[in-house]
Amino acid sequence: MSLMEKIRPQFWDTESNGATGKDLFNYHRIWRLAIALLAVVALIPLTVMAFIDYNVTRHSLESENLLRTARTTSNTRRSVAYYLEERTKALEFLAEHEGIEGLHDSDNLTNILASLKTSFGGFVDIGIINDHGQQIAYIGPYDLLGRDYSEQEWFRDSLEHGTYISSVFLGFRDEPHLIVARKVLDARTGQDFVLRATLDTGQFNSMLTSIDLPGGGDAFMVDRNGIIQTPSKQHGTLLTKVDLAIPSYSEKTSVQQVPGNGGTDYTVGYAYIKDTPYIVLVVKDTEELMKPLQTIRMELLWIMLVSIALILVVIVGVATYMVNKIYIADQTRARTLHRMEHTNRMASIGRLAAGVAHEINNPLAIINEKAGLINDLFVYKQEYAHDERLLANIRSIINSVSRCGKITKRLLSFARHIDVEMDSIEFKELANEVVDFLRKEAEYRSIAITMDIPENLPAFVSDRGKLQQIFLNLVNNAFQAMSDGGHLYISAREVTDGKLVFAVQDDGCGIPEADIKRIFDPFFSTKKKSGGTGLGLSITYGLVEELGGTMAVESEVGKGTVFTITMPLKGSKEA
Amino acid sequence: MKVLLVDDEVELVSAMAERLEFRGVDADWTDNGEAALEMASRTDYAVAVLDMKMPRLSGLDLMERLSSQHPDMKFIFLSGHGSEADFKAGCAAGCNYLIKPIQIDDLIARINQVAG
Repeated sequence: MSLMEKIRPQFWDTESNGATGKDLFNYHRIWRLAIALLAVVALIPLTVMAFIDYNVTRHSLESENLLRTARTTSNTRRSVAYYLEERTKALEFLAEHEGIEGLHDSDNLTNILASLKTSFGGFVDIGIINDHGQQIAYIGPYDLLGRDYSEQEWFRDSLEHGTYISSVFLGFRDEPHLIVARKVLDARTGQDFVLRATLDTGQFNSMLTSIDLPGGGDAFMVDRNGIIQTPSKQHGTLLTKVDLAIPSYSEKTSVQQVPGNGGTDYTVGYAYIKDTPYIVLVVKDTEELMKPLQTIRMELLWIMLVSIALILVVIVGVATYMVNKIYIADQTRARTLHRMEHTNRMASIGRLAAGVAHEINNPLAIINEKAGLINDLFVYKQEYAHDERLLANIRSIINSVSRCGKITKRLLSFARHIDVEMDSIEFKELANEVVDFLRKEAEYRSIAITMDIPENLPAFVSDRGKLQQIFLNLVNNAFQAMSDGGHLYISAREVTDGKLVFAVQDDGCGIPEADIKRIFDPFFSTKKKSGGTGLGLSITYGLVEELGGTMAVESEVGKGTVFTITMPLKGSKEA
Repeated sequence: MKVLLVDDEVELVSAMAERLEFRGVDADWTDNGEAALEMASRTDYAVAVLDMKMPRLSGLDLMERLSSQHPDMKFIFLSGHGSEADFKAGCAAGCNYLIKPIQIDDLIARINQVAG
């Protein structure tokens, strides 16, 4: 037996069309409907919840990323702004403290540069330019004394605005650097000077490169034209134009999703540094940022798939179990209905038989009396000659009538007991009565009937009609199993504990092993094609149980079958 | 010994009476209960053979009325009907209950048995 056959529910093989009228429902449809409804009710909320959860997680992750980027950008802007402001203030302090004379002195300026280098750091050189653009004092690694800056933009800007911070440029020395400058008014002469210091980019750069950015983040600065000012890992080389769009000036830090070249999405934080040309850019790979979401998504998906599978298994299991129960209940009901139908029909047949027997009995009695009278006339009256031939005919009529009478009487006794309750029964008498019905058929088919019933069997109380039916069914069954010339053996014994055992044995075709456990099932028949209903043995079994007895069968294919019935000698009144 | 036969089937009861005559049983017959009562008031019958089912007066009713007037009278019931109730009622009255058709000799034997 394959696995499929083992788990297949009983209702599975039912026909969906109710042709027999026995199937009250389409079980497959109920089954499918139950599964569909349960699945919809259980799975839709699950899916919706998972979807909502996923979206909430994504949104919170996104906003957290934006927030973190904004914070980093803001912090960086603050450090850079502070760094530049510090150095501008240092120049201011020098101008205030030393005055132009003090700074003019090259020894003093050397000392000042040395102390700036140690205290602040980042200073490369320092110089003073007069209002004609002439560098009049310079301390630094380059020979820039006397250089003319009058045409330079920063020089004019410094005179105009007081302070100036340049973007990073190569300049005369062909090395990236930036300058901070401030206007100094010599109070004595009323002449304007510009105090200028050069800062190296090393410290400046390290401020940005040291920012800890997870997953391929990039922090650098550009000027307002988008020229890269500090080294960038991915977005272009120093002093070239950045490959990202720069939003217009805003005092606040802003974070934007920017589609980059090559289909990568970037989360970019922008911060303009006030009074400088610098813009801080913190660039992060959006996909990299959203990596945790992938993990969460996979986890969600797994949990959901496992849950769905589990729910489906349970739903299918429960639906199958329930529908099977309905099916079994329906089957039981159909069986009960059928048995009631059968009982009713038997009762009707019984009443009909009684009516027919009665109707026939009266004319039969008249024939009997008339023939008897003719016979008497021949015997007693002298005027009728003793004609032996006539007498023989009359006797034959009388004999036939007597035979008919026996049959109708038997029919009556049989019919009478159909709805009779308990009765005292001599088993031998009952067996004879039943076998008499079939004696003619037995003669035609030359079936030998042997009865082994002891005379001293005690009479027992039971329902005669049911017992007759049981016995008749068994003998009929045996007849059908046997071919012509078979042997039927009927025996009865009283066993010790108040029980009567009787057996009906034939030497017919026998029952295959596989069928034995199904022969008492309703509608099981090996003779379906030749008109068997498959109800005989099932009804017999039901009747035996009703009378409080048990029924057993032993059979061997080709050798014959024995049905053994054990009946209590004292049947209960309720049976 | 005189016997009264009552049956609504005239053909049956007349033939039966004649046959009893041949066997030395003095039998009168009628086909209804009223006539039977009247006959019984005039003649003294030892045994009455009654049909169970008759129009107007049934076998049992007739028996009750006859036995009230003639306490010594014995009864035998005949019936073509296998009714359980009839059988029980007949048995209650002495179990002399025969189902048609009957053998004349059985009837005579039964008559002699109840009369004896």
